[in-house]
Amino acid sequence: MNVEALVLSLRLACTVSAILLVVSLPLAYWLAFTSWRGKFLLESVVALPLVLPPTVLGFYALIAMGPHGALGKLWQSLFGHPLAFTFTGLVLASLLYSLPFAVQPLVASFESLDRRLLDASSMLGASRTRAFFRIILPLAWPGVITALVLSFAHTLGEFGVVLMVGGNLAGITRTVSIDIYDRVQALDYKGAHQTALLLLLISFLVLSVVYGVNRRIWSPWPNR
Amino acid sequence: MLSVRIQKQFRTVGTSSFQLQISAEFSSGFTVLFGPSGAGKSTLLDCIAGLAKPDEGWIKLGQEIFFDAEKQISLPPQKRGIGYVFQSLALFPHLSVEENVEYGLSGVAASERLERMDRTLTAFHIQDLRRRKPGELSGGEKQRVALARSVVTEPRLLLLDEPLTGLDGGLRQAILEDLRGWNVGHRIPILYVTHNREEVDAIGDHVVAIVDGHVRESGIPRTVLDAPRAVALAQAAGFENLLPGCVVEHRPADGVMRIALDSSKCELEIPLGSAQLGETVQVAIRAGDILLATQAPHGLSARNVLPGTVESLETRGSLVVARVNAGALFTVHVTLSAARTLQLSPGLAVWLVLKTHSCHLVSP
Repeated sequence: MNVEALVLSLRLACTVSAILLVVSLPLAYWLAFTSWRGKFLLESVVALPLVLPPTVLGFYALIAMGPHGALGKLWQSLFGHPLAFTFTGLVLASLLYSLPFAVQPLVASFESLDRRLLDASSMLGASRTRAFFRIILPLAWPGVITALVLSFAHTLGEFGVVLMVGGNLAGITRTVSIDIYDRVQALDYKGAHQTALLLLLISFLVLSVVYGVNRRIWSPWPNR
Repeated sequence: MLSVRIQKQFRTVGTSSFQLQISAEFSSGFTVLFGPSGAGKSTLLDCIAGLAKPDEGWIKLGQEIFFDAEKQISLPPQKRGIGYVFQSLALFPHLSVEENVEYGLSGVAASERLERMDRTLTAFHIQDLRRRKPGELSGGEKQRVALARSVVTEPRLLLLDEPLTGLDGGLRQAILEDLRGWNVGHRIPILYVTHNREEVDAIGDHVVAIVDGHVRESGIPRTVLDAPRAVALAQAAGFENLLPGCVVEHRPADGVMRIALDSSKCELEIPLGSAQLGETVQVAIRAGDILLATQAPHGLSARNVLPGTVESLETRGSLVVARVNAGALFTVHVTLSAARTLQLSPGLAVWLVLKTHSCHLVSP
């Protein structure tokens, strides 16, 4: 088994899910509580990676990060090295790719909160920030866990985006799913089998955690 | 003194539109806001609290302006210093009783916070429930916690939206006493919303009747609710009989007029009202204000004696609800023992006896 690829994948998944949580909390809060009529536009943008082929997303990300892309040029001038085919580039693309998996469970759990609790908090003189940390976040906890776990699992298993943006550089961008692909190409079925089985087990474990914590949020199954 | 003069238009759904238009003043002590469901009572509270925004007008507490449409002032709910107990109570389910009550005291020094907590928990008899979560409380205990949470911040105004629904009379009375006791030392206006006639009687002070978004009447419960002038109010106040009819005779000298009930030959004498001759009106009569006789009564002061037959009988606890057809269908309440003594049964010929002043003219 390629331990280097596994460690890289775990590092990528941890980084991405941690950043996504920080980014998604305010975004989901805004989506859940705004009365702005045009919010469906932003909702659509956030949900795009759900329906877009990863290769399409990866293609545009590559163009943007490439030496002629806006992001790539900016990165080059700021840090003196290109962005494409680096771990950072991989993180950026993965953030986009996994965004809906973090935002949607959070929005769902925020929206299911009893609005009267927030009214009660206001009547007791509490600021919106205090209400967020004392009322909203504790009550939306299952949604937070779900967001974290789903974005972790989704990033861990991604393939198309990684291949487009990161290529296949051992130790830098060669993740487990790429490694499996490589092994199959090289007819190393035994090695592919080991890694694939490990990914299967991790995915199962992760989903068990999500549905164990809360069935209602983001579940394809009917409510018990 | 809370002064309110507001108007709020609600978006039309189909052909129906709803407008809240309230102009009222509330002094310290209890004021009951009474009216049928959907009359706009809760919306009025939300406007006063700052959770909903009126289109026009102003809301003032003493000299302080909470809201003024012209001056474009709208104080956020956090800054109004109002205690508000919602119908759903909205206790924070993940916090203990103590943490719920403490929630509004974040800006208060620790020593004073403890002292206020103790005082309030004791005043509402929930000092032994400190560590419990709302899910582990009974209905009455939850209501006490919600009241304690909203008064511990020492509000200048208290809004209560059916806070004691579902409690039996004794428990409700006990909690009301606690609240009264608390307000002795504070003397703030308390607006108490209900559509339950019993609660109005239990609180007993001033009542403001709201129908279709407007103040219909105000005064002491007896004048407002025992002689309602609006159909919706009569229904809400528990008038079981609402009979449509037409004014056929005015007798100003006697202070009465006669109403011919629709689809029947029977006529009722009622106190003289503002309705014109020939006008279509409704007469409201409490089922408990009608007497039943099994023989034609003589020598009575009551002016309305109508012959009819019992159509059906239904026992509800110690009460028997009789439906009597006297041309129009009347609902009459008699006690279980009276029904037994009179040997009431469907098909029996009876006479209905109604005092003139038990019949109230109501307008739609």
